[in-house]
Amino acid sequence: MTQTHEETRIPELPEQFRPPSGPLRRLLLGPGLVRGAWMGALFFALGTLLVLGLRAWWGWLPVWDTHIVVTVAGMVALPIGFLAGIGAFDYWLYYISGRPTRPEDHSGHGARSWRDYFRVNTDHKVIGIQYIVTTFVFFVIGGLLAMLFRAELAEPGLQFVDSQTFNGLVSAHATLMIFLFIIPAFAGIANYVVPLMLGAPDMAFPRLNALSYWLLPIAGIMFLASFLAPGGAFASGWTAYAPLSEGQPMGQTFFNMGVQWAGASSIMTALNFLVTIITMRAPGMTFWRMPLLVWANFTTSLLVVLATPFIAGSQFFVMFDRIMHTSFFTPEGGGYVLGYQHIFWFYSHPAVYIMMLPGFGIVSEVISTMARKPIFGYRLMALSLVGILVLGFSVWAHHMFVAGMADWLRVPMMITTLLIAVPTGIKVFSWTATLWRGRIRLTTPMLFALGFVTMFVIGGLSGIYLGSVPVDIHASDTYFVVAHIHYVLFGGSVFTIFAGIYYWFPKMTGRMYDERLGKLHFWTTFVSFNLTFFPMHYVGLRGMPRRVFDYAEAFGDLNLVISIASFALGASTVIFFYNMVTSWARGPVAAANPWGAHSLEWQVSSPPPIFNFDEIPQVVAGPYEFGVPGARHAIMSPAREAEGVPA
Amino acid sequence: MRKGIVQLAALAVVIAVLTTLVAVVFQWLPTSASVEFDRIQDVYWLVTIISIVIFAVVTAIIAYSVWRWRVPADDEEDGPPIHGNTALEIVWTAIPAALVLLIGIVSAVVLARNGEAGPRPLRVEAVGQQFAWRFVYPDHGEVSSGELVLPVGRQAQFTMRSLDVIHSFWVPEFGQKMDAVPGIVTTINVTPTRTGEFPVVCAELCGLGHATMRAKARIVSEAEFEQWIAERRR
Repeated sequence: MTQTHEETRIPELPEQFRPPSGPLRRLLLGPGLVRGAWMGALFFALGTLLVLGLRAWWGWLPVWDTHIVVTVAGMVALPIGFLAGIGAFDYWLYYISGRPTRPEDHSGHGARSWRDYFRVNTDHKVIGIQYIVTTFVFFVIGGLLAMLFRAELAEPGLQFVDSQTFNGLVSAHATLMIFLFIIPAFAGIANYVVPLMLGAPDMAFPRLNALSYWLLPIAGIMFLASFLAPGGAFASGWTAYAPLSEGQPMGQTFFNMGVQWAGASSIMTALNFLVTIITMRAPGMTFWRMPLLVWANFTTSLLVVLATPFIAGSQFFVMFDRIMHTSFFTPEGGGYVLGYQHIFWFYSHPAVYIMMLPGFGIVSEVISTMARKPIFGYRLMALSLVGILVLGFSVWAHHMFVAGMADWLRVPMMITTLLIAVPTGIKVFSWTATLWRGRIRLTTPMLFALGFVTMFVIGGLSGIYLGSVPVDIHASDTYFVVAHIHYVLFGGSVFTIFAGIYYWFPKMTGRMYDERLGKLHFWTTFVSFNLTFFPMHYVGLRGMPRRVFDYAEAFGDLNLVISIASFALGASTVIFFYNMVTSWARGPVAAANPWGAHSLEWQVSSPPPIFNFDEIPQVVAGPYEFGVPGARHAIMSPAREAEGVPA
Repeated sequence: MRKGIVQLAALAVVIAVLTTLVAVVFQWLPTSASVEFDRIQDVYWLVTIISIVIFAVVTAIIAYSVWRWRVPADDEEDGPPIHGNTALEIVWTAIPAALVLLIGIVSAVVLARNGEAGPRPLRVEAVGQQFAWRFVYPDHGEVSSGELVLPVGRQAQFTMRSLDVIHSFWVPEFGQKMDAVPGIVTTINVTPTRTGEFPVVCAELCGLGHATMRAKARIVSEAEFEQWIAERRR
């Protein structure tokens, strides 16, 4: 990615657009991290003054309330100041204030040096890599948190941490993995790949795209900063059920607000994907010719746009109950406790598909390419994504079978839940049928894709147990559920993320990863993953509830096994990071199309030119026409080809 | 091709046998101590049988395909251009739909039966509070106890309340669980089938002491129960 693009001429900027003259002035006043730092501090001070001023004005005593100051100045004003400082709003502010703007300003587009990755950049390829690197940083942090509480759980009783810290570790682990790893890692991969697959020069709204990315580190730092808050990190689980979350120390507010920033990032990215996919497809790229990764991100984006406002609302209500003494979820004030769970799961169940459908897309690309066969039942594969999208909104209350909600809701919610197995089953069977009689190349992305299918089948089947109300009454809130979600989100989502990273690594970096290390990474991860999570089914069904620092002596041995395996699982990712870093720095140079795939991103150089395509390609057929003699997905230089000049 | 199908079927059978061993050699569920859990275990085994078949079929096809059609990574030939098969796609849409509907119907029947009131039920109020359970017997002069004592063979109808945050009442050997939610009253039935002592576990994260929110459930004969109640009333 560090290679330059001298061939793309950047025109000289007119006077009014040039950065401030002089190195010091440019450093302080030009958009960037330095201006972000001082503007963040300035906005924090302004926010503090606003709080103190208003409280003094209205006579609310004490005038200084740390919780309120931190919430308003630290979690709202400071991030806005930071974003303004790094230049995320510059273009819009110029436009709003009537100053001259340059719609075709590409000075913040593309990466000419590594420094461009630390700036507001409008190139979807740069943003994709910003997303991926950032999310893997949080993957490491979230994993380390998990290893800390696995150390605590290695034997019964309390050894290393107190119970509030334990609950905080569990909550922060889940929150980081969901909001700062799985969801945005998929957004990062899609950011890089989807515009290329569509034959588009970029996303529809590049500046919005840049802003979406920069909200993410804000959310992540906010979640982590809660460990420094008085009373410790938010400790009521990532589900943060009211009224427990309402009586928690200040750390809980970091969760309430962190979710807002991460959610806003998700929503803006999803809108961007929707507009891009609907309006920026290359000529000939009909919906029925889109690669399944694009279909997957289309349906995922619909889920995000429709569902995410609900979790935002749920957390705002909790925060209002906490700091403004409203009573949305406190029964003493007429609030409805189960209302929280309904609103929360109305997002958080679709969120499971937000964390899974993009992975389905990645795996479809990898399996078709590596088995060298068209994806089996392409149209049904696309329609099953839509089926999951629609059904996904009608199953949320299966998280509440023992919550005490209306009895009559249980059976309908069970039926819709079980029916989701049908479109999901179609996908699994179609992948296996794609393998049948293929010419299967067991590269690292293919190993992860096949590992995903088998692990996801286990996760799906344990989901059938949990979907059945009577069995769920026994198994809910136990380690069986912990096992289930990790088979779905680790054996499922994370395996597909690894598959996608290996698959597009040559495209993104222009270099090839080490295949031997990749396979070692797969097998160590696959084995330690199963040793970690499979025994959890057992301890859960036998009587061990989730989110406990202490448990019955009978579960001691298996928990020790689980803890040791979880450290091995953590260690296995070291191989991955070593491979990625060394290969990115000095791996062998990759060809434009090392896998022999048909979709558009492989028809341009690795990494692609700064605006992706010299000429907009003409799409002429589907993306998976393997084995069809003479078949092509697209003509790359339609004009030249029409004149009979070889492309 | 026929030989291939036979090999594939043999592989699927081997995987199914191994998976079945995993399912039966280990005792995955606690030994049931309630009528309700007996019914739940029937559903559990139905789902287990279906799961074993599906797992065996899918993994056998994957393993067989990789074993049979694997090529070196530098191979550049394509596979046959098979785009789909409508009949097959209908089959693998219809069969899972039928299976999950079967599971759904059986589950709904079991759920309904577990909700039915038995003859001469014993009413018990379970009150959750950070971090302890209290059990009140309204049929016996509001006797209150930190230990849950129930007569064997007689349905206990629990009504649950919480004084602070959400808790969840669970006795693994009963297979029954229900949240105690502030502001509303929830219910669940348990009909113990054998005497003994079992743990009462809080299954919903309720704060600092969640892991230690335990109580004891003691199932005794009807006579012992009457005697215990009489002692508590004094």
